Amino acid sequence: MNVFDYLEPTTQFVIFSAVKIALVFGVTMTFVAYAVLAERKISAWIQDRVGPNRTAPPIAKYLPVIGPILVRLGMFQPMADGLKFLLKEDFTPAYVRKIYFWLAPAIAVIPAFLTLAVIPFGSTLGNPENKMVIADLNVGILYTFGVVSLGVYGIVLAGYASNSKYPFLGGIRSSAQMISYEIAMGMSVVAVFMVVGDLNLGAVIQYQAKYGWMVFHQPLAFVIFLISAFAETNRLPFDLPESESELVGGYHTEYSSMKFALFFLGEYAAMISASAMMVTLFFGGWTLPFISEPASSLLGGLLHIAIFIGKLSVLMVVFIWVRWMLPRFRYDQLMDLGWRRFIPLALGNILATAIVLAFISI
Amino acid sequence: MPDITDLLFYGFAGLALLFGFLCVANPISRSPVTSAMFLVLTIVSLAGLFILLHAFFLAAIQVLVYAGAVMVLFLFVIMLLELKEEERRKFRKFTVGAGVIAVAVIAGLLLQAVFKAVPFGTGPTVLAEGLTQPLGRILFTQYLLPFELLSLLLLVAMVGAILLTKKELK
Repeated sequence: MNVFDYLEPTTQFVIFSAVKIALVFGVTMTFVAYAVLAERKISAWIQDRVGPNRTAPPIAKYLPVIGPILVRLGMFQPMADGLKFLLKEDFTPAYVRKIYFWLAPAIAVIPAFLTLAVIPFGSTLGNPENKMVIADLNVGILYTFGVVSLGVYGIVLAGYASNSKYPFLGGIRSSAQMISYEIAMGMSVVAVFMVVGDLNLGAVIQYQAKYGWMVFHQPLAFVIFLISAFAETNRLPFDLPESESELVGGYHTEYSSMKFALFFLGEYAAMISASAMMVTLFFGGWTLPFISEPASSLLGGLLHIAIFIGKLSVLMVVFIWVRWMLPRFRYDQLMDLGWRRFIPLALGNILATAIVLAFISI
Repeated sequence: MPDITDLLFYGFAGLALLFGFLCVANPISRSPVTSAMFLVLTIVSLAGLFILLHAFFLAAIQVLVYAGAVMVLFLFVIMLLELKEEERRKFRKFTVGAGVIAVAVIAGLLLQAVFKAVPFGTGPTVLAEGLTQPLGRILFTQYLLPFELLSLLLLVAMVGAILLTKKELK
């Protein structure tokens, strides 16, 4: 019996939720910082370079053996990056629309983090009452799509607020691109939920623990979701809103310092939430084929969270890997792929799934 | 001490009214983009009210479809047209008058419905419609005809839109 048990259930719930939110936020921020490092290291590796290998705080040389290794791996690089963003001059051009110019970076970041609220990142920590998900909604997936669809405002408003040509073109492009691929993405998961029969993400994981990963049941849905996720997060080969060879920097051309860093942060946070969604929907979430029962001890719970983060990291590496392997699409190719290939394919997939399900139930 | 749900209701309702007002009659900025953004906030506040009614599905769809898709397209068009003239235009007596009359008529209808509701002052009953399954079942049994007619209407609108974008008919 500890002090905690004497509190009211509501108070307990509030405390638990606050702790979970703080932890998820902290872990995601760290993950973002090291995803940037991974991006730089992997790109260097692909292009036969070394990558960041010498940033070191003064304490590094006092660490025996491990110090030089950490420095060579670039482990201190994210701290230097963060500090640089904070200390750089925050320049606001005179011709921008001030209010939107300030709001846009915040609007770009917030939805990416809000999506994480419905992701079950673990089972329990021993107590079955306390699930390892911030908000266990019964319309989990719809919440995610709703919030993701708000993310486009950050980019569109950045383009509008900058009040100059290239950011504007970037903003226009991104709004068209994100709306198009949102449809394909939404259609692709409909088939998944037809199979599961529930919109709750916890139920999706339970189904996969029982019948195997969804990626084997719905391979087409996974391919469409994966490619749409690249387009939704504005990553290469679909980074047309910021394509530097034609639009300078796209929607964030006029931004500097921490405001630019927020867009950067938003992009990586969006990648993390897209990966988390894919892990949950297609790769069994925190389960493995031989570990599928909710944890009964603290250690088991931590293991489940570790499994989730492991799967997430693999998908993040895929995101980074693809960026450095494929060239950028042309704009008309992008639209063609979204509207004339993926949407009909996803619709066909829904129809095929419905027919199969109808036959099974007879 | 008032219930937390009541507090949230008044909060969301107040915000919805405030943002709605700022959307149509913003005294500071006449920019169409600002109006559109306030409309987005109105829609989000309305979604909050839906959640208080336990209609989670409706709330999610409200944000997803209206705030996330329809308004982005609106913004897209407004930005492309760059309506400079709209920003310079002041309130006109005729439009304000017409707006006030329209609002008064709708408010009258709504108030009549509220006063006729028996017993007076009770909130709407919480239905199981928040969950997707009962909602789907109702749509495909009790409300099948209106549902199918609506989809037909949407199809007609879609075909019409495509037809209008064609430059010349063959």
